[in-house]
Amino acid sequence: MERHFEKELEELKDRLVWMGSLAERAVHQAVQAVLDGEKDMANRVIEEESAINEMQIEVDERVVKLLATQQIMAGDLRFAIAVSRINGDLERIGDQAVNIAQSALRILRHPRVKPYVDLPRMSEIAEEMVRDSLNSLVRRDVELARNVLARDDVVDSLRNQIFRELLTYMMENSAVVFPAFELILVAKNLERIADHATNIAEDVIFMVAGRDVRHPAVDRR
Amino acid sequence: MNAALGAVRKPVPPAASAARPDPLVGLKPRLEVRNLNFFYGAKHALFDISLTVPINRVTALIGPSGCGKSTLLRTLNRMHETVKSSRLEGQILLDGENVLDQDVTRLRRRVGMVFQRPNPFPKSIFDNIAYGLRVNGYRGSISEAVEKSLRRAALWEEVKDALHKSAYALSGGQQQRLCIARALAVDPEVLLLDEPCSALDPISTAKIEELLFGLKEICTMVIVTHNMQQAARSSDLTAFMLEGHLVEFQTTEQLFTTPSDPRTEAYITGRFG
Amino acid sequence: MSGWAGAAYGRFRKVNSYVWLGMTAVCAILVVGVLFFILGYLVWNGGSDVNLNFFTQLPKPVGETGGGMANAIVGSIKLLLLASLIGIPIGVVGGIYMAEFGGRFSAFIIQYTADLLNGVPSIVIGLFTYSLIVIRMKHFSTLAGGFALGIMMVPITLRSTEQFLRSVPVTLREGAMALGASKWRTIVSVVVPAAYRGILTAILLALARVAGETAPLLFTALNNRYWSPGWNQPTASLPVVVYTYAISPYDDWHRQAWAAGLVLLGMVLLTNIIARAVLSRGISAPR
Repeated sequence: MERHFEKELEELKDRLVWMGSLAERAVHQAVQAVLDGEKDMANRVIEEESAINEMQIEVDERVVKLLATQQIMAGDLRFAIAVSRINGDLERIGDQAVNIAQSALRILRHPRVKPYVDLPRMSEIAEEMVRDSLNSLVRRDVELARNVLARDDVVDSLRNQIFRELLTYMMENSAVVFPAFELILVAKNLERIADHATNIAEDVIFMVAGRDVRHPAVDRR
Repeated sequence: MNAALGAVRKPVPPAASAARPDPLVGLKPRLEVRNLNFFYGAKHALFDISLTVPINRVTALIGPSGCGKSTLLRTLNRMHETVKSSRLEGQILLDGENVLDQDVTRLRRRVGMVFQRPNPFPKSIFDNIAYGLRVNGYRGSISEAVEKSLRRAALWEEVKDALHKSAYALSGGQQQRLCIARALAVDPEVLLLDEPCSALDPISTAKIEELLFGLKEICTMVIVTHNMQQAARSSDLTAFMLEGHLVEFQTTEQLFTTPSDPRTEAYITGRFG
Repeated sequence: MSGWAGAAYGRFRKVNSYVWLGMTAVCAILVVGVLFFILGYLVWNGGSDVNLNFFTQLPKPVGETGGGMANAIVGSIKLLLLASLIGIPIGVVGGIYMAEFGGRFSAFIIQYTADLLNGVPSIVIGLFTYSLIVIRMKHFSTLAGGFALGIMMVPITLRSTEQFLRSVPVTLREGAMALGASKWRTIVSVVVPAAYRGILTAILLALARVAGETAPLLFTALNNRYWSPGWNQPTASLPVVVYTYAISPYDDWHRQAWAAGLVLLGMVLLTNIIARAVLSRGISAPR
């Protein structure tokens, strides 16, 4: 028997997916702006952040209304809670993309520090993680979500690698300190983006399987 | 230097939860149903039901109309025997003894029942409560026992000056609490409630739910309800029944957040039918 | 525009409604009118004779005027008392059996026979009692009269008791049984008290019914111009006296017959009114 609130659940999911694609695009464009030195692209990312923030507020309002008026249970309840958590993560991803864009603008004023090798790789993995975590939500795919969780370590190690490299550059040549520092920030933001993607994946696992896998060290049973 | 920052207050962890009782693992069973099959004449109404009702907790039976939850409830105090064509196979154990072997009037003192519509007797409030005491040959002070019951049912303050008025002068919610007090007067070990709030308004319902919460200490309760939210609010364990079968029986928390059977999920998310 | 009838139909419906309502009013008036006519007739013809003498004196010998019907009144009361002693316990307990224990078969049999008994002509009951008691005892008696009336009361009280008991909601019984009361205890302490107003009404109505029966008394209690001490002698009773005096050739007696009729009707009316009042105080069932 179809219930009218199922439509609301669908609309909620659509909005979240939309927010996700906005966030994904923001990350991609922000990193492009860094790698290619594109000023317009960076500015566009900064402008378009407001769309993500508006959608966050709308999604939160819808979740509250759904919980208050529909007494949803079991799978629907877990879905609503997951949505409200993922909502926050997507908004943070948007924020991080803006940070990257702002770094891009600042880097523009300086010559390139070094050929970008690790950074594109890192951003590719991070973007993929965001995309896959959202796909796992849409497809209710726990395996895919777990896969996302596994990739977080790769991103972490890439970040450490970039840090070490850039530190070396900074120590050898004090002229590149400013741009190198900004690049470190970009790497840091990308790593945070990947973390948020893993949060989304954990929320998807909670939604589908009812298990909270956020902090394996904590044993509640 | 640290002193300039001001002393950091040591964080105080929140008090241990008083609202929810201890986990259900390790609780003694009060009532056990083993392989219960029930027949109305030729019609097979309950299929091989096995269930353990733990002591001092509220167990809810939920399910769509006709699933057999009321039927099951009524077997627990052998009220099904008022229908001549009914037949029961299997065991029902109260504290380990088979209830089917016991004297039925003694059993019904130990396992009380509250019905869907309030059914006070056409007597005074006092005589309603005293009825069970008199029928079972209570030797102590009846007026003390009446007061105790009315206090337990949170009705004493409202009726203490009108004990000799007719029970029908009370409102619906009060009448139902009177019926609860009447059932409690004989100190039952188990209280069976068959949709006790379905004829009442929301405020009376809330009062009775609070009442049940407080009664857990002295009584084990089994409640049949078609209101899932009430089951979710008031019970510690929930059993979902469908067409005479027991589909799932779990802690309430588990059943309403992560049910294991898809039929349970379909029912509690309202997609049933 | 089409599909619905026009204004003429509306007028017709109105008129139709008034005509039929009017006819029901006429019928109601007719019914009430008949009763008041009878009452009026009785009052007109016998009212003047209903005085203190009527209630306190014995009949005077033939030829003398005056006198009363004290013995008939007392006789009627004794007969009704005896009838109650027989009719009420059997009827009420029988009704309890039917409502609480009757299986399909026994219920059917008892209902059928009770209804049949109700329909047996009262004179036949009188004959039956005559052969059973009067012939054995070799004389007419109050006992026989009371017995005959009692038999007539049984089906009325039984069926009414059964119906009022059945109307007590099942939940009330279940409530008592769930507290550990045995079936009999439940009936006595909960079900019967819940239905007592109805049962009382039934008893009163049965009494009112048999109070006016004449035919059975002709074979059993006969008549008596004097007091009838004890239970073994024939006794006067109001209905029989009406009959006797009415067919006599004396005017004085005719008037006294009217008076007796009036008193009898008055008693029946009073009983009915009391019964209705008792019943309308509310059947003691929950909201």
